[in-house]
Amino acid sequence: MRNIFSIARKEFKSLFISPVAYAVSLAIFLIMGILFYANVLGAAYQQIAPSIQVVIGPLATILLFTTPAITMRTLADEQKSGTLEILLTAPVRDWEVVIGKWLGTLAFVTLVLLITWVYPIILNQIVDPGIDQGSLVSGYLGLFLMVASFLAIGVSVSSLFSNQIAAFFATLGILLALWMIGYPAQIMGSMGGEVLRYIDLSEHFYPTFYRGILELKDVVYYLSVTSLALLLGSISVETRRWR
Amino acid sequence: MIRVTGLTKDYGSRRAIHDLTFNARKGEILGFLGPNGAGKTTTMRILTGFMPPTSGTVEIGGYDVIDHSLEVRRIVGYLPETVPLYPDMTVREYLEYMASLRHLKNIEKRVAETLEQVGMADRANGYISNLSKGMRQRVGLAQALIHQPEVLILDEPTIGLDPAQVVNIRKLIKEIGQDKTVILSTHILPEAQQICDRVMIINKGHIVAEDTPEQLQARLTGSQRVLLKVRGESQDVVPLIQQLPGILQVIEKEDGTLEYESLPGQDARPLVARKIVEAGFDLLQLQPINMSLEEIFLQLTRDETEPSAVMPEVGYSMEEN
Repeated sequence: MRNIFSIARKEFKSLFISPVAYAVSLAIFLIMGILFYANVLGAAYQQIAPSIQVVIGPLATILLFTTPAITMRTLADEQKSGTLEILLTAPVRDWEVVIGKWLGTLAFVTLVLLITWVYPIILNQIVDPGIDQGSLVSGYLGLFLMVASFLAIGVSVSSLFSNQIAAFFATLGILLALWMIGYPAQIMGSMGGEVLRYIDLSEHFYPTFYRGILELKDVVYYLSVTSLALLLGSISVETRRWR
Repeated sequence: MIRVTGLTKDYGSRRAIHDLTFNARKGEILGFLGPNGAGKTTTMRILTGFMPPTSGTVEIGGYDVIDHSLEVRRIVGYLPETVPLYPDMTVREYLEYMASLRHLKNIEKRVAETLEQVGMADRANGYISNLSKGMRQRVGLAQALIHQPEVLILDEPTIGLDPAQVVNIRKLIKEIGQDKTVILSTHILPEAQQICDRVMIINKGHIVAEDTPEQLQARLTGSQRVLLKVRGESQDVVPLIQQLPGILQVIEKEDGTLEYESLPGQDARPLVARKIVEAGFDLLQLQPINMSLEEIFLQLTRDETEPSAVMPEVGYSMEEN
């Protein structure tokens, strides 16, 4: 536990030094700002009250594209610079390294998510009689759980590479594939379709969390994806020794 | 302290180390000496638990490196070949991080002590990215020393240091080696000669020789070599000396001097001197040559097909010259 905390803290701190994290934050806040403005204005023209979805929806998409940039360096960089050699010869278990790295990035993204609370607060001010608190909480809970699984996948993929760019695109590819794997289900129908839809990352977010519905199966789904990814990441680090 | 038995490592179909067996005691500095690609780094990586061997066992402080990996890693300090540093951290942050991974109690105090030990106290708050190669090397060494390990494994510890720093680091290693076990690899022979209690020459994954630097020198210079200088045509002298009893070979050097090798324990110098003078030549110089560790090393690692050959080759025929 102590090792995980040490590694997570170091990862969190080095994200604040890294220009990538600032660039990612800039992209998130810039795009969110523009979309928020446009959505609120659009709602005003149509004379409807903007809901919290105008924040949650774009945020989910932006995080899908930006989290790979946050996780790409975690283990790939350690391999490239040779620091993995000292990490793996220190009295630290392989899974502690992987979980520590993931926790560090999760802390960073959680901070970013907390900053985006300015939008719901503004929205609450301009909408009468205020926004639906339930949708807000379930939306952010969904975002948090989903991002946790994105980051777990990202850290694990990073362990396979010593090149950050390669880790970025591989992670993005896997996330996008898992994000859209439910589409063919519409054509397939029946059993196979059900399975694909269950694996789909977005299928557990938009129909439920996004709409203010909390379902245990979705919470379990994201926690399972996260655990599985972290397990595979640990195995990947361990097998590095044998390669 | 360290017991290695039958250690073998394959990378795919290439065998990096073959059946290495050796021990290291407490308070001993053992040097791995060998050309690049000899298997020194591979051996060290197995010893530190970074990678598992293909076969064979390693026991450090009574713990098996595979079965009790964490216990071994706790008592080992390791400086890899590529110094493992995070450039975006300060020296102090880096050492504090390393100390926290080793669960040290009084981290601040230990960091200060270690920085003092490697002579980096004045750069503690500087970023690692701004350090020179030699300074990085010292920070890497500090990282290996931070938890006061029982066993210190150093892969090329003095590489990239300036001469003054080299002297300091060697002194430091010698001090540490008094009550700890140190294994270091080097390709600098005088370094091995100066600081190691015992030297293991590794070539192509085999141990080709293992002894104290002095013994190694003595063992391999069993035959005596003498430099000989005469006035005039030195090639005429060659057949004269060749006939003498106890002479193994005579080599004619490019600069006109001669070198002869005689049987161990027999000083042929009076005989040679008399013969030369009797034949009417002027004897200018007659000087025994001590084979340096460098030459021993070259001799041992030169014959790649026969890595087990420890004795130098003797008896060049005259026709070859």
